[in-house]
Amino acid sequence: MSLAMLHKQEDRYLHEFSQLQADLKAHEVDWLSNIRQQAMQHYATVGLPTLKQEEWRFTNIAPIRDTNFKRAALPESLPNATALQPYSLGDIDAYQLVFINGTFTKSLSRIDELPNGVVVSTLQTAAHERPALVQAHLGRHWGAAVHGFVALNTALMQDGAFIFVPKNVVVEKPIHLLFLTTAADEHLVTYPRNLIVAEPSSQLRLIESYAGLDGVSYFTNAVTEVCLEDSAVVEHTKLQLEQSKAFHMATTQVHQARASHFHSQVLAVGGKLSRNEIFAVLNGEGCETTLNGLYFGNSAQLVDSYTCIDHRQPHCNSHELYKGILAGESRGVFNGKIVVRPEAQKTNAKQSNSCLLLSKDAIIDTKPQLEIFADDVKCTHGATVGQLDANALFYLRSRGMDLASARSLLTYAFANEVVDRMPFPPLQQKLAERIWGYLPGEHRSEGEVR
Amino acid sequence: MSRSQQTIEKFTEQEYKYGFVTDIAADTLPPGLDEEKIRFISAKKQEPEFMLQWRLKAFHKWLQMQEPTWPNVTYPPIDYQAISYYSAPKPKKQLKSLDEVDPELRQTFEKLGISLEEQKRLAGVAVDAVFDSVSVATTFKDKLHELGIIFCSFSEAVQNHPELVKKYLGTVVPYTDNFFATLNSAVFTDGSFVYIPKGVRCPMELSTYFRINEANTGQFERTLIIAEEGSYVSYLEGCTAPMRDENQLHAAVVELVALNNATIKYSTVQNWYPGDKNGKGGIYNFVTKRGKCKGVNSKISWTQVETGSAITWKYPSCILQGDNSVGEFYSVALTNNYQQADTGTKMLHLGKNTKSTIVSKGISAGHGQNSYRGLVRMQPGASNSRNYSQCDSLLIGDKCGAHTFPYIEVKNSSSQLEHEASTSKIGEDQLFYCRQRGLSTEDAVNMIVNGFCKEVFRELPMEFAVEAQKLLEVSLEGSVG
Repeated sequence: MSLAMLHKQEDRYLHEFSQLQADLKAHEVDWLSNIRQQAMQHYATVGLPTLKQEEWRFTNIAPIRDTNFKRAALPESLPNATALQPYSLGDIDAYQLVFINGTFTKSLSRIDELPNGVVVSTLQTAAHERPALVQAHLGRHWGAAVHGFVALNTALMQDGAFIFVPKNVVVEKPIHLLFLTTAADEHLVTYPRNLIVAEPSSQLRLIESYAGLDGVSYFTNAVTEVCLEDSAVVEHTKLQLEQSKAFHMATTQVHQARASHFHSQVLAVGGKLSRNEIFAVLNGEGCETTLNGLYFGNSAQLVDSYTCIDHRQPHCNSHELYKGILAGESRGVFNGKIVVRPEAQKTNAKQSNSCLLLSKDAIIDTKPQLEIFADDVKCTHGATVGQLDANALFYLRSRGMDLASARSLLTYAFANEVVDRMPFPPLQQKLAERIWGYLPGEHRSEGEVR
Repeated sequence: MSRSQQTIEKFTEQEYKYGFVTDIAADTLPPGLDEEKIRFISAKKQEPEFMLQWRLKAFHKWLQMQEPTWPNVTYPPIDYQAISYYSAPKPKKQLKSLDEVDPELRQTFEKLGISLEEQKRLAGVAVDAVFDSVSVATTFKDKLHELGIIFCSFSEAVQNHPELVKKYLGTVVPYTDNFFATLNSAVFTDGSFVYIPKGVRCPMELSTYFRINEANTGQFERTLIIAEEGSYVSYLEGCTAPMRDENQLHAAVVELVALNNATIKYSTVQNWYPGDKNGKGGIYNFVTKRGKCKGVNSKISWTQVETGSAITWKYPSCILQGDNSVGEFYSVALTNNYQQADTGTKMLHLGKNTKSTIVSKGISAGHGQNSYRGLVRMQPGASNSRNYSQCDSLLIGDKCGAHTFPYIEVKNSSSQLEHEASTSKIGEDQLFYCRQRGLSTEDAVNMIVNGFCKEVFRELPMEFAVEAQKLLEVSLEGSVG
């Protein structure tokens, strides 16, 4: 696609980019400008994804394309700590970085008493203070062809977290990144960009939350890059709690070196149209990758989960479990891809996707995919779509439970399998409680009234 | 090199057993495709006007279509103008008995192990032998005729039963369906036609052997099977082709229509020339097969054993339109040397209480690439529908590949669906166990692979089950290790 062929709604980004460049000229370093420039050029050739692209065939992003989003700036008055309360980790002792409309807000953040050598700052600060480190990793680890949203994020990125954990250091307390959008007027867009570098044998527990404070339509286009060096361990939790009118497109790119462990869990609750992508590249022997996810769909939501695990080296294991609960007229999309390259012998990959359809208008499109080029491997995937077990419901009701409670309990049990696998008990407990609130309410399906 | 590896090499290097060329002067059209050629084919077949118009509509549609690029296969671009679209053995004289069949032709069949008399005598199978597009001999016709069953070549059906052809042709695979189906609609030369009247259970397995013979001749078969209310038919299709260096294109279309309470069972053993061990030559098999369970309680079952062809690209599908209808798909696909296969099925659930089962076994050896691509779609009206899918892949050697692309789309909340897939190789411990019980490596491998495919073989009619196992012995079992 040439520049001229871009959808007319799409080239407003080119315009936005030239404005941004003028604004940033004064204080941005050259190499960062170059990265932006290249990304914009890439965007000009690929454009935004369309339904004709295999990876996007179930997710129509036209509402995003057709809305004229405005680059977000700090609001006049900052929200107070009480407003943040529902999205913070509460009594869990954690470092916290808060970004309001894409801009780091120091007054709401807590990043003191870091272990020796650990760097937690914003990406913009890091680009000035540690250019070599940022340059070595920012945008360097993309495995698959980069699509329009990631290219746009790279070209137009605002700020985000930069976390660096030096060799052999274990960060005990979790680091919580909270991205909030708040605005009185509609159609703001933020481009959060995070970079996490874990040096050999280091350990880090990271939680990313995305939410909005006002019920207006806005768009979050987020990218997180995680780089695990030899034997590093990173636990990554993503909580997508956007407002119901929001659009959310997020990509996590993971690059793993030898014997590293990456453990990810994703909870997707909000957003009118949301997509969460994880690309994990297992580029060393003995890597371990776990991707767990839980997504809820209600009313007319579209929730899309895309994962790609690329086994490039031998003796790696990957486990994946994604579960979805869909009610109302919501639509769920799951696309899970496992690639095993010719060198990746002795790979062990497991993937499973289950989905519960609670209403007659809910739709699920699931596509688990295996692409295997090595022979000495064990790869399995499974997908199920179904309803609550009638026998189990009957059992609960025979014990005196009313139908709604019985259904909720079974739905909860279905969801809790994912939460149960979270490796960090305080957060696991907190989410196990919160999940009750996310369960679709009075849901009586057609099949039920028999 | 270990013993088992040697066995693998020995088996994977085995030459195509059925490679020979029959020399019969063929009435072949010069290569190329235009409206004139289509008119020629239609005139040659003495077709009624509606057929010609249908072909021309398809041809004009085809001119606007693009060759699909989404299948997970690679091949050099096909020059559709370099293919000859018609070839028939010269009509010598009307044949009254088998003795009048060209002796050379008879020999060819005997080499294939499908001697007509033997078939007739032993198996009780009526064989409609299609030899390069024109039916040469048809047996058991009388017996079928008594029951009102029509089993003949497609051209005969167009001549004798134009009303049936007109009513059902293109109702399952419309002429606009896809690039290859559209091409087939424009230029198809012959094929089989089966009509089972109301309430009749076809007493024997119907079988047709297709055989591509003339070099450079694309074969465009068209099969149409109609099962009226309450009828049953089991249809067998088997293929072998001579060794040729040039790629031959085969773009067939198969349409099945099952009305209320009818059952159609369609089995295929496909053993076309896969190309030599360097991937040179071989058949391109781009086939559109689809069945429609139109009536209530109808059932369509596809069973296929795919061992041949350089490239296989086919998805025998079921449209489950009638309430309580059932679709089944059982498949074994083997790719060896440089073969590529992108095969699977589509189950489209439209009616209530519809059920489908998919069992797919893929085996890749040498440099073979095997893809399963399947779609299960439950429409909002398909309440209480059920699907079970299972696709397993076996990998032999480190240069082959196995891929799975299942698409699952569920649009109602009373459907249940399960899909599972696995990929692995034969366990060293399984082999070791068999070896220490005194089995040779190749016997052990044979046994394990047979077990792997058993679920599918069980679905084949007896005659085919034997042939399929023999085929695997030749081209598959030994190469697994």
